[in-house]
Amino acid sequence: MNIVVCVKQTPDTAATVTVQDGRVTWGDAPLVLNPWDEFAVEQALRTKEAHGGKVTAVCLGAETAKEALKQALAMGCDAAILISDPAFDGADSLAVSAGLAAAIRKVGEVDLAFFGRQAVDSDTGLTGPQVARRLGWPSLSLVAAVRALDPAGKSIEVERMLEEGRQQVRSQLPAVVSVVKELNEPRYPSFMGIRKASKAEIPVWTAADLGLASVPPAALAWPEVISPPKVDTKCEMITGDTPDQIAEKLVSRLLEEKVL
Amino acid sequence: MAVKVLVYIDHHQGQAVVSSWEAVGAARTIAAGLGGEVAAMVVGSGVAALADQAIAHGADRAILAEADGLKDYRAEPYTSTVAQMARASDAAVILFPTTGRTRELAGMVAVDLETGVTPDAVAFEVAGGTVVATRPTYGGKLLTKETSKGPRPYLLTLRARAFPKPEPVAGKTGPIEKVAADLGSPPTEVLGYKASDGGVSLTDAGVIVSGGRGVSNNPKLTPPADVTDEKQKEIWRAHQGFALLRDLATTLGAAVGASRAAVDAGYVPYSNQVGQTGKVVSPDLYVACGISGAIQHLAGMRTSKTIVAVNKDAEAPIFKVARFGIVGDLFDVVPALTKAFKARLGK
Repeated sequence: MNIVVCVKQTPDTAATVTVQDGRVTWGDAPLVLNPWDEFAVEQALRTKEAHGGKVTAVCLGAETAKEALKQALAMGCDAAILISDPAFDGADSLAVSAGLAAAIRKVGEVDLAFFGRQAVDSDTGLTGPQVARRLGWPSLSLVAAVRALDPAGKSIEVERMLEEGRQQVRSQLPAVVSVVKELNEPRYPSFMGIRKASKAEIPVWTAADLGLASVPPAALAWPEVISPPKVDTKCEMITGDTPDQIAEKLVSRLLEEKVL
Repeated sequence: MAVKVLVYIDHHQGQAVVSSWEAVGAARTIAAGLGGEVAAMVVGSGVAALADQAIAHGADRAILAEADGLKDYRAEPYTSTVAQMARASDAAVILFPTTGRTRELAGMVAVDLETGVTPDAVAFEVAGGTVVATRPTYGGKLLTKETSKGPRPYLLTLRARAFPKPEPVAGKTGPIEKVAADLGSPPTEVLGYKASDGGVSLTDAGVIVSGGRGVSNNPKLTPPADVTDEKQKEIWRAHQGFALLRDLATTLGAAVGASRAAVDAGYVPYSNQVGQTGKVVSPDLYVACGISGAIQHLAGMRTSKTIVAVNKDAEAPIFKVARFGIVGDLFDVVPALTKAFKARLGK
């Protein structure tokens, strides 16, 4: 199977993210492979291990994002491609999905494209479905289990995690699958994998390389980013001699403040 | 008056999600600011009643596409049908309640219309004919203001419980326009559903009782003799602990949540996880039991209206965001709370 996994580089989720002079900053916190995308990489690798083929990791971002691709290579991806072009500066999801869809077309003959459910920085969750729509492929989002995969018959059966329970869906291939955490347990890169990744030459594709005459201009504007206003929560400690006394005090306070 | 705002009524097998009505209420506010009408978009099979309900909740009119092929939500035919409704209108804004379905649907409709989409907005302002939305980014550590450059319609999905739900007006009626669905040849087939473990959905819950790693630390419990493995003993203890939380949740009609630590330790399934890599929730009351309050967990629940923290460690960061705190053993406090709520709520 020819498999693509699309990844993003993001600040670590433990980072303290603030706004300084109107710009987002995370201090010296490390940039990592988007945690959700680790599940996508893992699923791509498991699919290859079960059915044979090749896994290509694709990332749209700055030169520094090669580090995220190296993580994907260290986990076991066969190849990596960085899409980088000033034309993508200030891109919204429309532009990003155009770039990634063009890259998947250029890779050619792809059966499955995996995505993490969302990036932990922009938190949109739009990219996978938008790439699917641009490619004219089915979008299978929030996939929590792959029940069957038939490369010859070009079909896949998955369970999607909806609010009401799991929706079981059969789909044609090629398809875009965006995954949630429950799907698998991402592996750690092996020592050999890390060595191989550190030496890897990662090709950079520009918008022109992708055959994009123009990148769709951003349809969105971002007038302001702010830190959430500090909510002045003074914690009122509830104390008492026995658990029953404490519980009754708390319940009374919650009812007084009309929380319930 | 022309329709200025379209609002998509999300449903599961004909049952509207409550936040669809919140979106209708928000649509009214935006339509008032822009000067125009609100039309509800209802897509499915056997869903005509939702058109009436949308009008009762405040829509001026409804557009209804029904077909057997729309019985289950499937991204492709739903996208084509919604995009077709959007093209046939002069709407400036298209709203969706945020659910697993609509994040995908709104994103794909935006591609069809080549327009901008803001997912999971928690607030908006309407000024000078434009809508500026606010949405959490970086797992809720920041708030980003986002708007459309136009001229095409601006799509927004609205976070559940971030906007008030209008009361339905009995007997209110309005025109319902029936349109053909755009089915194409759908590339997917829905085989069925596996129900979740029952209970209240986390994202819709008014009250959430959540447990962390501390839920497995009850020293007074002795696991049965046949449980010998240390990890299995820990999980056994955790299950007893979560049973206490579930009792409290049942008393309050609440959903049960968990921290990532509790999910990773195998105590409860991932569908219960609250936090940056789980569900983002904002209930009226969030009771955090044995949760220390890692930054990733706070990102998923800090917008809760009232937070109660129960923790043995008085220095736990969770107390910094809590309105009420109890320093104590959750295995004593939680059953006492269940008893006290039962008595006071007359259950």
